[in-house]
Amino acid sequence: MNAIEILFWLLSALAIISAMMVLLSKNPVHSVLWLIAVFFAISGHYILLNAQFLAIVNIIVYAGAIMVLFLFVIMLMNLNKESEPKRNFWRILIGIISGGSLLMILVSLIRQATEINNKNALMESGNIGLIKTLGKLLFSDYVVPFEISSVLFLSAMVGAVVIGKKE
Amino acid sequence: MPIQYYIILSLALFCIGIVGVLVRRNAIIIFMCIELMLNAVNLLLVAFSKMQYNTAVIANKATTVGAEGQLFVFFIMVVAAAEVSVGLAIIVMMFRNTHSIDVNFLNRLKN
Repeated sequence: MNAIEILFWLLSALAIISAMMVLLSKNPVHSVLWLIAVFFAISGHYILLNAQFLAIVNIIVYAGAIMVLFLFVIMLMNLNKESEPKRNFWRILIGIISGGSLLMILVSLIRQATEINNKNALMESGNIGLIKTLGKLLFSDYVVPFEISSVLFLSAMVGAVVIGKKE
Repeated sequence: MPIQYYIILSLALFCIGIVGVLVRRNAIIIFMCIELMLNAVNLLLVAFSKMQYNTAVIANKATTVGAEGQLFVFFIMVVAAAEVSVGLAIIVMMFRNTHSIDVNFLNRLKN
């Protein structure tokens, strides 16, 4: 077992345990912090796959901007106490059963699929994840979706201000 | 690394997100679970792009097959950021009107 595999299993365990803790922690602030741990683990996976641009963007956009926005809203509404209403046992049981059965069905499907046998993801090499390659592609073939996404951001900004402002 | 490992890891993260949406009633936690599902899909897209590159690079050293997958992840991040800003504004407005972020209060919308 070489270093890449050890790192893969470590990051996978970190991602899954942190994702579980997002659900299990009662305090919303702790959930946000565990979700940031998930994002760092996923960024580690991107670095293992040599997708350097996405690893940095994932940390900057998700852990840096979106999670700070979540923390800001939680602090603003003063929810950092245990504000969860009483838990319904049947609701929890039904949720876990349906999610677990979906996972089991999909995993059994993946194990039976023959098309992806002996297919490997290339680790720690390959230059398609570099900023140079992605930038050339983004500003040549995908320049129209890129510009449309700026319009999307503008409309989201206007929408957030209109919804959030006091009557 | 075999692609099956990445698929199963992404499926596990995605199903944890689904269980969170079904179980929790706090609107902010539900929102965070949606982010978790989006990230699981992003991880799978990157893994598949490296898988396609791995098969194409044998024939041609300078190929960029699979870069579209990583660009798609970039656009998913853009849309997720826009979605979070609007969604959190909706949650703040809901808290201002009902003084709670329990999603069960939202069934008042039907009256």
